[in-house]
Amino acid sequence: MNEHPSLSRRHLLSLIGAAAGGSAMYQAMTSLGLAAESTYMGPIRLDGDPRGASVVILGAGLAGMTAAIELGRAGYKVQILEYNTRPGGRNWSIRGGDVCTELGGATQTCVFDEGLYLNPGPWRIPYHHHAILDYCRRFGVALEPFIQLNHNAWLHSTHAFDGKPQRIREIKADFEGAVAELLAKATRKGALDEAVSKEDQEILIAALREHGGLDGDLRYRMSDESAEYRGYAKDAGGGLNAKPVNSEPIGLHDLLTSRLWRSLANFSLYDFQTTMFQPVGGMGRIGEAFARQLPGVIRYGAKVTAIWQDGRGVTVAYQDIASGAPREVQADWCVCALPLSILSQIPLQVSAPMKSAIDAVPYASVVKTGLQFKRRFWEEDEHIFGGISYTNLPIRQISYPSTGYNSGGKGVLLGGYTWDGPNAYELTAMSPAERIQVSLDCGAQIHPQYKADFETGVSVAWHRVPFTLGCAGEWSDAARRDHYDNLCQIDGRIVLAGEHASYIPAWQEGAILSALDAITRLHARVLAN
Amino acid sequence: MRALAFAVIALMHASAAWGQGLASMSEGWVFQEQGGEALYAHVCAACHQPDGRGAVGAGAYPALVDDKNVASATYVMNLLLNGQRAMPAVGQMMSDAQTADVINYVRARFGDVSGDEVSAADVKAARPAAP
Repeated sequence: MNEHPSLSRRHLLSLIGAAAGGSAMYQAMTSLGLAAESTYMGPIRLDGDPRGASVVILGAGLAGMTAAIELGRAGYKVQILEYNTRPGGRNWSIRGGDVCTELGGATQTCVFDEGLYLNPGPWRIPYHHHAILDYCRRFGVALEPFIQLNHNAWLHSTHAFDGKPQRIREIKADFEGAVAELLAKATRKGALDEAVSKEDQEILIAALREHGGLDGDLRYRMSDESAEYRGYAKDAGGGLNAKPVNSEPIGLHDLLTSRLWRSLANFSLYDFQTTMFQPVGGMGRIGEAFARQLPGVIRYGAKVTAIWQDGRGVTVAYQDIASGAPREVQADWCVCALPLSILSQIPLQVSAPMKSAIDAVPYASVVKTGLQFKRRFWEEDEHIFGGISYTNLPIRQISYPSTGYNSGGKGVLLGGYTWDGPNAYELTAMSPAERIQVSLDCGAQIHPQYKADFETGVSVAWHRVPFTLGCAGEWSDAARRDHYDNLCQIDGRIVLAGEHASYIPAWQEGAILSALDAITRLHARVLAN
Repeated sequence: MRALAFAVIALMHASAAWGQGLASMSEGWVFQEQGGEALYAHVCAACHQPDGRGAVGAGAYPALVDDKNVASATYVMNLLLNGQRAMPAVGQMMSDAQTADVINYVRARFGDVSGDEVSAADVKAARPAAP
């Protein structure tokens, strides 16, 4: 927002408010990033003539394609080199007919039914990821709600309740109710007298009673009040014998020692708050839409083998994978959006600090498995429409499709999403068929219907994915402190972009914001030259 | 001692509850596999492959077979405890004894090194201090 350098942002807002009324002011606040705390400021403007400067961009993921689209619009000559034969990079959906060969040689041919898919990489978009939402709007990618919290999905632990899964609704209501009761009673006994005034204590108790579902004696127990939150042993009906029957809360000791409360943060953290979104038809629709903005710009099947630079430009050597032929491309500048897991292995002529930064980031081990079932038993039998069940089993979670609800027919579950830890490595060391079997063995402990209704699956272990050799960059605090700024600097004629060059790692928003920042600085450098 | 007994019971409980096919999988953030061969098969082989010949894509997992560096205990120990480039420090999810076992296994199998084994105490001494 450099168009009004003499105005503070707040001053600008007050002018807009005075001239156009409150709703316009709120809209401006949102797009200026005050109300919503995103650093995305709306479509980028790269004013000034680059006078025919050329940029070679490495990687046709969302970072590389963002850079290509925006630099192209600003008047640069752009081209992208991409290892895969499709756009998107980790923005990817596997559908029926797709063939995936992983490192080690195992090949899977996906035979999901028409319209069904697995998103092996990103699969959900927070409401505050303004940049990717804006690009989806501009490029016509239809979105639908992604259900993160489904009160009727399960929380499961092999160490709790004899391995019997519990409804999220019940664990959540009982935990909040029990805490409310303890706090209300402590307040009544004067335990908070030093911290809370008498007047505020009365308000606090009223709030706890309402929020926690406490009865008139401030107890959380089987009651009309608690049933309004945790649900009923027998739901209300119509006609005779229709009266609802309240349900019995889980006792505090069982609740605490079950540790199931640990999963509740998945529904409260900023990154996972409702509303979340997904593209209709699979996350890969975003990469496809970006690529449609780049006709003739992306050279597929190009494996980058070396990058060097001098005072006049950048040369990138690559192998044309289909023919095996070595090739070179020259440009004035380079935006390198390759994952660091790849870039750290490529001869690259940059300063020692940038090279150290490239070498400083380990990549996460992540495994996702999609399972097709012949009927949507989670909806038909268990009334689970979208959302996620969490478990301590190696699959960690089961996500139910956030689309096609109540339609009968088939569906694909995310039958496992394991991020780091021993299980991610153990799963990666297995064949895809073994990974699918583990997903079935685990899932069947929560849904016995797995055994009768499973049809086919596909499994992606990110350390075996040929184009990334890992899932996403995992910065330690120490590595960020020592290396992050060096990673993001323009080094001669080369600048890096990608989720690894952001503070939103492993999210698409980080990739896009990184690219926008990189090309903004690159453009300023070009104009100054 | 009591804590240890509890941990063992928890482990048995987990394996039993997870069913036959899952019995070999770990619970928590430390690998459950014991011995160099099992650790190699369930951890290292994920990338370097069961035969140690590595794999090539846009980048590569180096082959351990005939890699001269593998003969160096210090080199392998440093890789496991600190990681290198994109390789995570998998030794952080192993005990000192497990780390020593897998180092010795890798060196014996791929580096053709006999004797001169690394001990758990060596690993403990080399392990970086917790941040």
